[in-house]
Amino acid sequence: MIGYINKIIPFSSVDGPGNRTAIFMQGCNFNCIYCHNPETINICSNCGLCINECPTEALYSKENNIHWNKDKCCNCDKCIKTCKNASSPKIQKLTADEVINEVSNYRPFIQGITVSGGECTLQEEFLIEVFTKVKEIGLTCFIDSNGSKDFSKMNTLLELCDGVMLDVKSFSNEKHNKFIKFDNMNVLKNLEYLASKDKLYEVRTVVVPEIFNNEETVKEVANLISKYNRGIRYKIIAFRNLGVRDSLVLKNSPTNEYMESLKIIAEKNKCNNIIIV
Amino acid sequence: MNDIEKIVKDLKLTYEQKVIALARYAENSVKVLNISEDTEKLREAGIICDLFEGNVPYRPRYILPDYEKFMKEGCEFLELTPATNIWEATSNLLIMYKHVPSITSMPVYIGNIDYLLEPFINDEDEAKLAIRLFLTQLDRTITDSFCHGNLGPKSTKAAKIILEIERELENAIPNLTLKYNEETSDYLAIEAIKTALVTAKPSFANHEMFTNDLGEYGIASCYNGLHVGGGAHTLVRMRLSTLAESATSIEDFFNDKLPHAMKCIAEYINERIRYIVEESTFFEANFLVKEGFISQDRFTSMFGLVGLAECVNILLKAEKLEDRFGHSKVADDLGIRIMDFMEEFINNFESKHCKVTNERLLLHAQVGIGDDINISPGSRIPIGEEPELWKHLKQTARFHKYFPSGVGDIFPFEINSMNNPEFILNIIQGSFKEGMRYFSLYSSETDVIRITGYLVKRSEIEKLNKGEATLQDTVVLGQGQVENGKVLERMKR
Repeated sequence: MIGYINKIIPFSSVDGPGNRTAIFMQGCNFNCIYCHNPETINICSNCGLCINECPTEALYSKENNIHWNKDKCCNCDKCIKTCKNASSPKIQKLTADEVINEVSNYRPFIQGITVSGGECTLQEEFLIEVFTKVKEIGLTCFIDSNGSKDFSKMNTLLELCDGVMLDVKSFSNEKHNKFIKFDNMNVLKNLEYLASKDKLYEVRTVVVPEIFNNEETVKEVANLISKYNRGIRYKIIAFRNLGVRDSLVLKNSPTNEYMESLKIIAEKNKCNNIIIV
Repeated sequence: MNDIEKIVKDLKLTYEQKVIALARYAENSVKVLNISEDTEKLREAGIICDLFEGNVPYRPRYILPDYEKFMKEGCEFLELTPATNIWEATSNLLIMYKHVPSITSMPVYIGNIDYLLEPFINDEDEAKLAIRLFLTQLDRTITDSFCHGNLGPKSTKAAKIILEIERELENAIPNLTLKYNEETSDYLAIEAIKTALVTAKPSFANHEMFTNDLGEYGIASCYNGLHVGGGAHTLVRMRLSTLAESATSIEDFFNDKLPHAMKCIAEYINERIRYIVEESTFFEANFLVKEGFISQDRFTSMFGLVGLAECVNILLKAEKLEDRFGHSKVADDLGIRIMDFMEEFINNFESKHCKVTNERLLLHAQVGIGDDINISPGSRIPIGEEPELWKHLKQTARFHKYFPSGVGDIFPFEINSMNNPEFILNIIQGSFKEGMRYFSLYSSETDVIRITGYLVKRSEIEKLNKGEATLQDTVVLGQGQVENGKVLERMKR
């Protein structure tokens, strides 16, 4: 089976416990207004617009498919900036064994892998294959998910998984639908389900001033997770407009004072592992 | 102006630094060592460098007293009885340190300070106060950052307190190393990493590797592994890159230049040892020897090298990054070939006063000095050419086994690693599994930074840049290496 992978970062300090290899899967079913990696949303349509923009001729078309020569690439990302399809020509199509081969290079230095995205659970079957093999070499497997797919229906994957990092972008479904273009019913269901199964390692909320009711989201998330385990980490992330598509509309980052006020809300709701970034 | 007056009138030197400079001047006014003509030529060519140890060696370069024995028995010469509480313990140690000679005239090893103080920690608040004063006094009176304390490998209350206080004080002195093995608790290791991200210490030593090579060891000066109750008479280093420039080919390097230069250095080291042991009276007269805190048969000497990377690149005429040391298998393999050659030479060369190492010298990856331009410390990959971290660690680990008396690499991390210190711990654990001996880290945003092995505050370098005197004599060394060694340009991880 083939997995569509946007990129693999050998060492990551921000994707779960300890040092982890982060595997960013291609494809996402959300369309967040503030998305920082819009090139992970769609699979490449092979339109070919990016080929002419590439300064090192690392991209070429063969049998109507765009190919990427990794060795020639200078990582200028001009292809991504040109893409009208929220995608990237640099997607790697790898088998689980190929992923394991790469991870083996980093194995002495890491606790495990984290699959992220895009939305990684859209490639559930591939993840099961990868996780099974990763477990065989004694590493742990974490999932970073937007929560759109119901984890209670992904038993095999969840059993192989050591912990989930779940994004809760907005508690209000109306705002979720408006700015994320997707319903949050499963997100909230997953929040409770994963906490109850002791699989929730971390919850993340990106704080975007003005458009979301951040106080409400922080309060409700903190309240819910502390019911199960006060030690579940709640990472409250200040929005920054770097890499955002519509950076003119969303230009303000929250102030430090505002972030601190959200931390106090989470604390009041009995969360005792809060990180502000 | 004559040289003595130059020292006397120097606005950038403190009184203490002037006294030491004058003593060095006096020492260098005579010649007592038998140095061969060939060796002199190599010294003049900059291939052999004795790190300005002086013309008349009158004390071993590095001394590692057995402080455990001192704590148990006290010291007759210093009229000290064994301590009975934390105040006496810290006071006794501070008195003792004052009398431990070294090349810098300050102690380069102050013991496993956690184990030394642990028996006296009853009331934690009182212990914290005592240790805070102890560490502050060290920083202000041992004004040289080659002063090195050790912690671990076992976790103690004392180690935890020392790390917490160092995080508050952010002092450059003492340098610290955590001896790390599977006995070290994750808690202590994480505390150590949190402290290192604030104040560039402690570094991590691969305890198993050092113990296998040396037995009971301590880390002194920059990162020098040496025997407790002994030390090193001397350290002379070879500038491999300068030597490579004199070779006509790779084969000429191996057949002629390298063996000849090694022989000259090794004989020069033996001559320096001879003078210290047989003529200087140090081992007859010093109270540390008389009372058994050190003994002559626990001493060895260090054969240092710098610029392995540049040496390889010169020999291969490697211009493109992918052909250079740290990036190409051919280049790295040539580095290994050079190290195998040097190791074999050392194994066959006799040095009769180095009893503790079977009458052999120890290889040492020297960290460099301010005058080294385009010469990387020891076997390190040059700053500015660092590969991805995992590749860097695997590459460097190949070389650490050759240097029982010290080698190390330094990695600056982004400050946000503070949210996940386990990230760095995993990297250190992996590095040790791969064969790294010594790992240093700091964060990109601290005042205290690790220059090459020792610590200096950026703010103190700025003071010196403005022409003001600074308390610690190592600031001027740091200033030189920031200018010439691209120390502030290391790749952030």
